[in-house]
Amino acid sequence: MEAAFAITLGVLCACGIYLLLCARVLPVILGITLFSYAINLFLLGMGRLSTGKPPVIAPGGQYADPVPQALVLTAIVIGFAMTAFTVVLALRALAIDGTDHVDGGTRQRIGTEMRGE
Amino acid sequence: MNHALVLPILIPLFAAGAIVALPLRAKRLQRAINVIATLALLPLAVAFAEHAAQGGISSYALGAWPAPFGIVLQIDRLGALMLVLTALLACCCLLGTTSADARRGRYYRALVQFELMGLNGAFLAGDLFNLFVFFELLLIASYALLLHGGGRRRVRNGLHYMLLNLVGSSFFLIALGVLYGLTGTLNMAEMGERLAHLDAASLPLARFAGATLMLVFGLKAAVFPMSFWLPQAYRSAIGPVAALFAIMTKVGIYAMLRCDALVFGAAGGPAGSGGVLDAFMHDWAWWLAIATIVYGALGALAVSSLKTTTGFLVLVSVGLLIAAVTLQTVLAWSALLYYLISTTLCTGALFLLADTLESETIEPVAVAAAAETREPASLESLDDATAPAITPEADEEPVTTPPTAVDVEKKPSPWPSNAAGMLYLAAAVGAVGLPPLSGFLGKAMVLAATPLAQAVVLWPTVLLSGLFSIVALSRTGTRLLWAIPASRAYTGVPDVAPHGSRAKLAACALLLAGVVAATVLAGPLKRYLDATAAQLLDREAYVQAILPAQAPQTSQGGGS
Repeated sequence: MEAAFAITLGVLCACGIYLLLCARVLPVILGITLFSYAINLFLLGMGRLSTGKPPVIAPGGQYADPVPQALVLTAIVIGFAMTAFTVVLALRALAIDGTDHVDGGTRQRIGTEMRGE
Repeated sequence: MNHALVLPILIPLFAAGAIVALPLRAKRLQRAINVIATLALLPLAVAFAEHAAQGGISSYALGAWPAPFGIVLQIDRLGALMLVLTALLACCCLLGTTSADARRGRYYRALVQFELMGLNGAFLAGDLFNLFVFFELLLIASYALLLHGGGRRRVRNGLHYMLLNLVGSSFFLIALGVLYGLTGTLNMAEMGERLAHLDAASLPLARFAGATLMLVFGLKAAVFPMSFWLPQAYRSAIGPVAALFAIMTKVGIYAMLRCDALVFGAAGGPAGSGGVLDAFMHDWAWWLAIATIVYGALGALAVSSLKTTTGFLVLVSVGLLIAAVTLQTVLAWSALLYYLISTTLCTGALFLLADTLESETIEPVAVAAAAETREPASLESLDDATAPAITPEADEEPVTTPPTAVDVEKKPSPWPSNAAGMLYLAAAVGAVGLPPLSGFLGKAMVLAATPLAQAVVLWPTVLLSGLFSIVALSRTGTRLLWAIPASRAYTGVPDVAPHGSRAKLAACALLLAGVVAATVLAGPLKRYLDATAAQLLDREAYVQAILPAQAPQTSQGGGS
């Protein structure tokens, strides 16, 4: 399970960072979302991976660490709010500039960049 | 006393909630709530500071869950000091905000209150995850505040600022996760205790987490490779917001100090065992701090608008502060705190002044002409004078109810007035660090606290950066205050006093009065700060005060 978990994390992180490096707003937002998924999984893993353990304290028994779950829950809520805000801001930028380039260049400039390089 | 500890968070929270819940028409009530909530923070913070000055560390267990399991708020001398500074700055920003400023977007007052809540919470948080949560709170409020007023430049710069900080928050979570995985706790005092007894095999992992954490705080504080956002962001914010943001970089410095001392055990501690992060601080953070000073000084020379220049001066001061953080001695940290107070007040004053001296609105024709020739990637586009300014529709709203502090003048008097010029001179002297004001004392203290090996690098850098700052600020001052009227229209300097400039000048004078007070009362203030730095490096005291299991003699889980 550890290997599968680690590979999932790695793939998510790699995709997220790749998308982050695109200079377009929508891929950047998707990239940040993927990256934050990876981090949520990572936080969960930091409470040690285990299967079949009860989530609440049972007398005498072993139980899953509840703190990372609480952290992940908080991180998800915060990440969700931030993503929503970024999307609104990106739409606003698109409405103002008519382009979804993160630097908001003019159409011609973006066009020449895409053609020339 | 114990329950009062949660008030600096609850007052802004409820004030913001009430402002949002009230109908938009109830403007007077909204304004009253905002004023009362902001003013209430000041006596509260002063009371905390008086209490903390006696040397105790108070903690408050939220929901009465004891410390290692529940969430605690803690207050010590450092926290109280930062609360007072925040409250002071907030009151001055309140005075400097005209209703025209507030009406350029929706919910300005509620956002300011949320921002204050995040700031106060970050200074009170006793565990690392809550520090993260309050960081996010103040960041999301700051995103919205930065956008206040609307327009292309704000939206673009706001987007950059936000994306950068989102990535920063992700790295914050990574560091948190690793630290939790290593120690099994999030309480700062307990985490420090466990990190001190970590086995050698896990030490590199702890170092990695610590370095990541410091870099994240460095992003908030705008350390060199992560500082390019700051001048852009501060320039696009309106004056009162930029003045309030003067404390935001200091939150990063505060978090660095707190984590380095309490969690990672700085070298200056009594144990003398050496902290987890000593090598990183001396080898990396030190040079990044020097680079920040150099970058800030050169940047200040390269631009000419007052807001951008002030943004680069913030970088210079941040560099000096972080250089002092990496020294990790009581002497350096108390000097650093003194300089921190001085620089926060001075840059706040400069941002408020910039709002009155530099008009944001240029003729629409000039905007169109400038928009075609502008080069967004160049440094020149940082300039208010050359970049297109935005004229949001909200600007054109007639001002129906001027605030009480402002009297509309009958006859336009020459502008900039002598008062504005004097205030500019005082703020510039304070920000650059020239003698009589506290900026000089702060810089001199930091320089005096530097050991010889580091002083060889730091002294020339700081002195040269001071020279560059003087050149930059005198040039900006010449352009803004001494320009002949014909050239003013060209550079965008308003001919008559903009509306509400008296309130802004009064707020600016109040901030500078704080600087003068810090200069005159330097003796008592320095004694408090010496005690603060000594307390900060004494980790045992925190463990005793916050963790009840370690200190059975205080059964209430608090030293209050």
